[in-house]
Amino acid sequence: MASTTLRHTVWILRGNPLTGIAAAGVVLLVLIAIFGPSIVPYDPIASNVSQALNPPSAAHLAGTDQLGRDNFSRLVVATRLDLVIAVSAVGISFVLGAVIGAFCGYAAGRLDRAVGRFVDVMMAFPLFVLAMAMVAALGNRVENIVIATAIINLPFYIRFARAEVNIRRNVGWVEAARASGESHVSVVLRFLLPNVLPAMAVQMSLNLGWAILNAAGLSFIGLGVRPPTPEWGIMVAEGARFISTGKWWLVAFPGLALMLAVLCFNLLGDGLRDILDPRMRT
Amino acid sequence: MSSLPALFGVLVFTFLLMRVLPGDPAVFFASGPNAGKEEIEVIRKQMGLDKPVPEQLLLYLYDVGRGNLGKSLMTGQPVTTDLRDRLPASLELTLTALLIALVSAIPLGVLAALKPGSLIDHGVRLFCALGVCVPTFVSGLLLIYVFYYLLGLAPDPTGRIDVFTSLPPPRTGFLTIDFLLAGDVDGWWAAFRQLTLPAATMALFVIAPLARITRASMLVSLGSDFVRTARSVGLSWWRIVVTYALRNAILPVITIAGIVFSTMLGANVLVEKVYSWPGVASYALDALLSSDYAPVQGFVLLMASIFVVVNLLVDVLYGIADPRVSI
Repeated sequence: MASTTLRHTVWILRGNPLTGIAAAGVVLLVLIAIFGPSIVPYDPIASNVSQALNPPSAAHLAGTDQLGRDNFSRLVVATRLDLVIAVSAVGISFVLGAVIGAFCGYAAGRLDRAVGRFVDVMMAFPLFVLAMAMVAALGNRVENIVIATAIINLPFYIRFARAEVNIRRNVGWVEAARASGESHVSVVLRFLLPNVLPAMAVQMSLNLGWAILNAAGLSFIGLGVRPPTPEWGIMVAEGARFISTGKWWLVAFPGLALMLAVLCFNLLGDGLRDILDPRMRT
Repeated sequence: MSSLPALFGVLVFTFLLMRVLPGDPAVFFASGPNAGKEEIEVIRKQMGLDKPVPEQLLLYLYDVGRGNLGKSLMTGQPVTTDLRDRLPASLELTLTALLIALVSAIPLGVLAALKPGSLIDHGVRLFCALGVCVPTFVSGLLLIYVFYYLLGLAPDPTGRIDVFTSLPPPRTGFLTIDFLLAGDVDGWWAAFRQLTLPAATMALFVIAPLARITRASMLVSLGSDFVRTARSVGLSWWRIVVTYALRNAILPVITIAGIVFSTMLGANVLVEKVYSWPGVASYALDALLSSDYAPVQGFVLLMASIFVVVNLLVDVLYGIADPRVSI
């Protein structure tokens, strides 16, 4: 079994090298997030006003900002915070969404229909606005960015888990588990959920990109992360003041970092879907 | 109609968020940090905060029902007035962006579907993949850099109109339309130039999903029997593609356009901040950053109502596009 999966994976990767590149990109991002802060050439928050607003050069690969801080070092150090926010938000909504969705899909009936209806409508709501309002109400802190991003991601997971569990709730091995005396809770958690997880992992990778964009958007408008903490969204916000005088590097580099991170997660998600779920192949 | 319960849900949800969570609004509304206990108590009574939460919720719903969304601390005006003054700016921006997006995405999608695997197809797919990865605020700033700083084509990217242009008499609140009604061509040109960059920024963000769905849906429609039949009876190429294939492919595009519109309502916050656009979103954002909650609450409600209207509109458009669908 394992070798078939491996062979299938290799076959997919050969036909679609982008997935491999995306996976390498994600690994690189994680490595930067872990080791970045210890290998950067400059202190990301140490200002040096004599070097303010310098364009990219050999000494400062991505230029310097209005306080003379090294833009490249800030970009590298920011990776950790951006990834942690996105990963923890998506993690929370993954766990909660899988459990809520699985129980609803298993229970079926009126409650399930009501939840399904509600989730469908929520998915079409301007979610960024909702996240903004939540951060406003909960307080302007990084944890609340995570919570808000997790909540607006929740509908996607609930819907997914619900649909996947619903089609399996009456298949043979579930009946067998019930017949052998497993409780409903145990049927859902020990039998149904593990079968749904691989498909949900794809959703998770696709959602990570979205979560990164959302979190960066929130900190761009001044919520959550505060200066001088390096974070891509807030770096763009700080650079925005200098764009109409032509200081492009303060916006372009964090923007590029965001774009590449999101692109890697999206491509990886598409590739994972091809590997795990051959039916959905595009 | 199914979105009405959601509107109600949003109402209750924002109420709970704003009232139940930490922070005592009465202390906030009091004259200063040193306000006495009695003063705070009086304000609490005035605001109805001494009543139990369910009763407060009913009072709030009653207020909203009468169109009373509270007062903004920043402007000192009722939130409804503030929102009404600023809504046209946001709508003008969003609708223009939607128009740009549809006008460019549908032809792109159709072209890509007509020649699958061609250079155009790959170009469109690459554009779609990249389009969803670039944050709106970054593409907006880069557009400013290129068109304002480098090329000098765009005007100063702040606000709807420069300070030297005299405003037309407000009729619709949409500056470009008001200038036209007033017969002021120079004014119209100024407002139009000011609008182009922010609208293009927002459009760039949503062209990708629209073009992608148009392409997919056109591929299905072009491969169908009725297109083959139309071709075999010798109808012109244009007639086949536009009248038959596109007409049948348009339903999913309408669905996505509805979803895209609600994404744009969210993206409004970012675009209005980048271009200092005086719309409802930047109003709510300013309020939010100065802990003035009534405008934020009003803004979320307004967005929810627009969202409901758009959903209804999508249902109606469905009926027009496909007579088999009844509302």
